[in-house]
Amino acid sequence: MEKITFASQLMQYLITGLTVGSIYAMVAIGFNIIYNVTEIINFAQGEFVMLGGLIMVFLHVAAGLPLLAAFPLTIILVTLAGMLLDRLAISPIRQPSVLTLIIATIGASIIIKGIAMFIWGKDPFDLPAFSGRNPIHLMGAVIQPQYLWVGGFLIIIVILLTFFFEKTIIGKAMSACAENPDAASLVGINVKHMILLSFSLSAAIGAVAGITITPISLMEYDRGAMLAIKGFGAVVLGGLGSFPGAILGGLILGTIESFGAGLIHSGYKDAFALIVLLAVLFIRPSGLLGSVEVSKFKRF
Amino acid sequence: MSKKITVLVLVCLFGIGVVITPALADSYKIGAVFAVTGRASFLGDPEKKTAVMVADQINKAGGIGGKKLELIVYDTEGDATKANLAVKKLINQDKVCAVIGPSLSGTSMAVVPLAAQYKTPLISVAASYKITWDDKANKARHWVFKTPQTDTMAVEAIYTHLKKRGINKIAIMSVTSGFGKSGHGELVRLAPQYGMNIVADEFYGPKDTDMTAQLTKVKGLAPKAIVNWSIGPTQVVILRNWKDLGMTSIPFYQSHGFGSRKNIELAAGAAEGVYTPLGAINVAEILPTSHVQKNVTMQFFNDYSARYKEPLSSFGGHSWDAMHMVIKALRAVGCNRTAIRDFLENNTAGFVGQHGVFNYSQKDHIGLDKDAFLMIVVKNGDWALAQ
Amino acid sequence: MLRIGKLPITFFALFIIVFPWIARVIPGIGHYPDLLIFAGIYCLMTMGLSLLLGYTGQISLGQAAFYGIGAYVSAILTTTYGLNPWLCMIIGMIVAAIVAIMVGVPALKLRGHYLAMATLAFGIIVFIIFNEEVEWTGGPDGMSGIPGLSVFGFNFDTTEKYYYLVWFFVYAAFIFTINVIQSRSGRALRAIHASEAASNAMGIDVSRFKIMVFVYSAILASLAGSLYAHRLNFINPTTFDLFFSIKLLIMIALGGMHDIWGAIIGAFLITFLSFEWLHFFGEFEVIVYGVILLLIIIFLPHGLAGIPHIVKGWLRR
Repeated sequence: MEKITFASQLMQYLITGLTVGSIYAMVAIGFNIIYNVTEIINFAQGEFVMLGGLIMVFLHVAAGLPLLAAFPLTIILVTLAGMLLDRLAISPIRQPSVLTLIIATIGASIIIKGIAMFIWGKDPFDLPAFSGRNPIHLMGAVIQPQYLWVGGFLIIIVILLTFFFEKTIIGKAMSACAENPDAASLVGINVKHMILLSFSLSAAIGAVAGITITPISLMEYDRGAMLAIKGFGAVVLGGLGSFPGAILGGLILGTIESFGAGLIHSGYKDAFALIVLLAVLFIRPSGLLGSVEVSKFKRF
Repeated sequence: MSKKITVLVLVCLFGIGVVITPALADSYKIGAVFAVTGRASFLGDPEKKTAVMVADQINKAGGIGGKKLELIVYDTEGDATKANLAVKKLINQDKVCAVIGPSLSGTSMAVVPLAAQYKTPLISVAASYKITWDDKANKARHWVFKTPQTDTMAVEAIYTHLKKRGINKIAIMSVTSGFGKSGHGELVRLAPQYGMNIVADEFYGPKDTDMTAQLTKVKGLAPKAIVNWSIGPTQVVILRNWKDLGMTSIPFYQSHGFGSRKNIELAAGAAEGVYTPLGAINVAEILPTSHVQKNVTMQFFNDYSARYKEPLSSFGGHSWDAMHMVIKALRAVGCNRTAIRDFLENNTAGFVGQHGVFNYSQKDHIGLDKDAFLMIVVKNGDWALAQ
Repeated sequence: MLRIGKLPITFFALFIIVFPWIARVIPGIGHYPDLLIFAGIYCLMTMGLSLLLGYTGQISLGQAAFYGIGAYVSAILTTTYGLNPWLCMIIGMIVAAIVAIMVGVPALKLRGHYLAMATLAFGIIVFIIFNEEVEWTGGPDGMSGIPGLSVFGFNFDTTEKYYYLVWFFVYAAFIFTINVIQSRSGRALRAIHASEAASNAMGIDVSRFKIMVFVYSAILASLAGSLYAHRLNFINPTTFDLFFSIKLLIMIALGGMHDIWGAIIGAFLITFLSFEWLHFFGEFEVIVYGVILLLIIIFLPHGLAGIPHIVKGWLRR
């Protein structure tokens, strides 16, 4: 075996960190879409990722649908799950407070996880990589083709969302809801529909994250909670409500974990990421790119 | 209206609490506590399924001395508090003859004192030697037995194999759960004894998505072999990373947690050439017919596959061993807790189980040695006996 | 909400005192006092959290860390150093208080979800330390051989003796908490919940009050941890993970977060659901648990403690 240089090692840590970080970023974007419209932190966000992975496995591997058919179908099914979540768990709550909404999303995530366990069992599942498993070599580091897919989909999501929020009427209406729901409903925007839409959108993004990560890390019914926590960390690090913040937060978290594991102590890699997060919060209480206004919102 | 319904539902739920489960009049009761759901369900689920299957088989064949065998299973979810409460309930409320489980070393340690306090035999299905051995008093715990091999045996099997191949510069990797930490402890403790030089000692979390960073660090230190201790998806992901990083020239050893063909399949070709120490149950089909465990393991393999239509998990074998030894004791001495304990200690020598031939004694409540593990290598996508 | 009737408190105390006798008579619930030991331990924590959340409006997703600090301080000092368990219990509370001040001073400046994330991160970091420092804590396999409690040669070695010990502590903490709520400080806390800016303007030292309540909740959690460790004679990290912090939050939400009784009802409900009743649903246990949670949140926004008001509403109609 060829010796690996220190520079190549650093390169490898960076590549791994960015890949894992991209997934955190996707989860974080999902958090933000819902948060911006409703001020809810949706703790079931990780379950969308899990569902995306497992439904894709079912459609592509078990049912034998081609990748190009299974991919959109999975996204549609997970989007439906997102709509159901809003209809069954969020909108029936008549006197919402932040705590009750948090508990409602936790309750929903418990149910989704329970159902997934019932359907798929407790074993992990694999998905074939989109374009094979032959690694690409770059400066002594190794890149799985799937890593590129993960990064690529993050970029596609960002472009599509930017277009959606900047250029389309619905997107603008959603941004308006985020700014001021009362004013938005005065000008004829149906806030209920916007909330439903936000849940659908973030479920769809969660599904993409699940589909792209499964060929790398496998997927099983109880992985959602961990992804939700990391995504929440990314969102808070970047600043609640800020899309560039979510992406930055996700990538930073992933990279710290990777470098921390490689260079310092792998047993404490999650702790390093969280300590950095705490340090940032104590210096900038509204995250890296968050607005101070947003952080001053309601009490529990 | 809907409020009324909710309140009614809640009242009903409180009501359920006082419903008394009817007891079968003429039966022997065995209690079991497994981590059927939760983070250790990979252990508890097959353990429960196996215990239920064994109980059904016994009852179909006429029970024990004309009496039915009643199996009561509680789910611990891998939680120490739950395990403790469940065992107390089994002993005091359900009045079982013996308790099987829990599935994890941690939860087992949480119930070990109860066995002595309530003078009830407990047969744990978890790994740690501490479950049956009291370090402070330096003797075996009177009321506690266990059926699985210890991590010590698995490490000994791996180190013996490495030594035979002339390898002494190794990297160890482990998951930060109980399974990984326990194996890690033994890997480090036994290394000097076998002349192993550990050049890298890396960890990862049980739900981590990628271990490339840790392996990259290992690669830089150029060990002659990697020993990995984990369970669940991470042990597959790490193999893929190992292959992607072009590290296949470094022999890879997995713990006994790798013992399911599912893992070879999930590794998508990356498991080829991987070594792992496994109990006879994992490799029933490839055992020579002369092997003492050939018959029992084949029988169990066929029964389990036919009943549950899923690949056999070797962890079920631990509860198979425990069930059958308790049943043997019940046949001989009936439901007498002290007599069952004495019978297990003195009269089960030579019991041929799924994971080895058991020889309990006053000093040894584990009953197995490192021969309970066979060294297996993955060859053409299937198990093969390693040289 | 500030008025807490004396009658229910007395009635509740009597119920707790006679319950072990009732349990002995009714078949099938003989082991309930054992469950109530844990319900009592959880009550200690939910009361502190209820004060923090319901009365000052500050969230904490790191309570399990303080629970763990109490348990591990007790476990390590008694087993490794052979100190007196009661002394260890007090040391645990002091350690928890110091950690709470160190974390609380910077963290309680954060708002809403930022505070949630900061306390969550703190909880996870402490959990990782429990898990990783194998030489001190025994790692994931935990620590066994923790001695039981005794006072002047009287051993709390049976379920019933320990039951009364735990509930003595719960009752003392309960009375103390009620006094806090009904005192001037209690009114200050309510004011903070209503509006921090206004409270500040009226001369209430908001940040000092918030930190005091946070420290109080940490001390109660640490006491709970010590009681847990001496009861089970064993501890391992998973008992003190993030999911337990969330479970405490669920207890408060289901019981009713603006009412100290809610803390107690929630602790009871979750203890019995997760240790006893949900067992009847077998594999569906998790789903049923989630559904119950959602139903209560949707239809009883004030938690179970709000039921009496609803019933009054029906009767009036």
